[in-house]
Amino acid sequence: MENIINIGIRSIFIENMIFAYFLGMCSFLAISRKVKTAFGLGIAVVFVIGITVPINFLIQNYVLVPGSLAFLGPEFAGIDLGFLQFIVFISVIAAFVQLTEMAVEKFSPALYGTLGIFLPLIAVNCSVLGAALFMVGRPYNLVEATTFGIGSGIGWMLAIVALAGVREKMKYSNVPAPLRGLGITFILVGLMSLGFLSFLGFSL
Amino acid sequence: MSEATQVVEQVKEKKSEPLLSKKNRALVSNPLDLDNPITVQVLGICSALAVTTQLKPAFVMTLGLTVVTASSNVAISLMRNTIPSRIRIIVQLAVVSLWVIMVDQLLKAYVYDVSKQLSVFVGLIITNCIVMGRLEAFAMGNKPWPSLLDGIGNGIGYGLILMTLALFRELFGAGSIWGYKIFAAVGIPYQGNGLMLLPAGACILLGIIIWVQRAINGYRESH
Repeated sequence: MENIINIGIRSIFIENMIFAYFLGMCSFLAISRKVKTAFGLGIAVVFVIGITVPINFLIQNYVLVPGSLAFLGPEFAGIDLGFLQFIVFISVIAAFVQLTEMAVEKFSPALYGTLGIFLPLIAVNCSVLGAALFMVGRPYNLVEATTFGIGSGIGWMLAIVALAGVREKMKYSNVPAPLRGLGITFILVGLMSLGFLSFLGFSL
Repeated sequence: MSEATQVVEQVKEKKSEPLLSKKNRALVSNPLDLDNPITVQVLGICSALAVTTQLKPAFVMTLGLTVVTASSNVAISLMRNTIPSRIRIIVQLAVVSLWVIMVDQLLKAYVYDVSKQLSVFVGLIITNCIVMGRLEAFAMGNKPWPSLLDGIGNGIGYGLILMTLALFRELFGAGSIWGYKIFAAVGIPYQGNGLMLLPAGACILLGIIIWVQRAINGYRESH
C-alpha cells in the first residue's frame, strides 16, 4: 500500500509529465487560457492515460514480451513481437481517444466546441505514449502501472490548471504587445519548471 | 460545336488554376512566418524542445518531418472522401506510421551512420502533432496538390524555428556551432551555460524568439 502511494506522489509531483519531462506541451499551451476548459481537457487526459496504461501493460506482458505467447502452446514460446510495440500502443491510444471524443461530443457539446482540434490530438499527446513507454521500462505490476498512469494524468492536469490560473491573472498585467499570448506563456512555463526542479531532490 | 458545350468548356478552363497560382504560393509562404506551426499554431512543441540542443539533429528532424508531413498530407487528401469520420484518427495514424517507417528504412539503407545516430528522433515524428494537426485541419478538406504544398510549407516553417532555437542553444550551451568549437577557435575561454541545455532554458528562449518574430511581423494576440 505504501509503495502505491509513493508511486502516485512521485508521478504527480516529482516526475511531472510537463515540468520534468516536457511531454504533452502542444495542447498544454494552446488550451490553457481558461481554467474551466483546461480542467475539462485535464479530465479527458486523466481518463485516457488511466485506461490506456493498464491496457498497454497487459498487451506488453501477455502478447509482446518474448516468450509471453507460451500459453497458446509450446510452439509459440519462441515468438518475439517486441518490434510491434509502437504501432500497437499508438493504436490502443487512438482507439480510446476516439471513444473519449464521442463521449465528450455527446455529453458536453460546449466543451467539444472549445477543445476543437485538440481533442483528437490527445492521440498524439506525447504524455500518453510517453507514460506507456515509461511504464514498460519500469518493473511495475498491474496495480502499480494503473496508479502510475492515473498519477501522470493528474500531474498533467495539475500543471495545465495551474498555468491557466496564472494566465487568467495575466490579463491584468501590462505585457508588451508582441509578447502577449504565446510568448509570455513560454516564459511562464520556463519559470514554473524551474520551480518544479526543486521537487527533484525529494526521495520517497 | 454547339453553344452549350462551349460554355461548359469555358467553365472548365476557369476552374483549372495554374500550379503555382498566388493562392498556392501563399500555402508555402504563410507557414514560414504569419502562420508558423510552432509560434502561431502551437503545434510540435515537444520535439522543438527535445531535439534542439544541437544543430545537426534539429536539421535531420526538419528534413524527416517535411517529408512525412508532405507525403501523408497527399495520401490522406487522396483518401479524404472515403474515410469515415468516426475512425479517422486511427486511419491517419496508420498512414503517418507507414511513412515514418519508410523514411526510417530509407535512412537505414542509404545513410546508415546518420540513421543509427538518429533512430529515436525519426520514431518521434509519429507523435509530432504538426503531422496530425495538418491532416485534420487541411488535408481532410483539400485536394492533393495544395495539401502537398501545405505540408512542405509547414515542414520548412517548423525547421526555421527549430534551427534558430538550436543555433542559440548550441552556441550558448556548449560554445559550438554544428559541433565546431567556435569560442575555442577564436581563443575566448567559454564556460557552457547549463540552463540553455535544460528544457526550461529552451522554453524561455522560445518565448524570446516569439517576441522578436512578432515585433517584426506585427502579429498580435489580445491576451
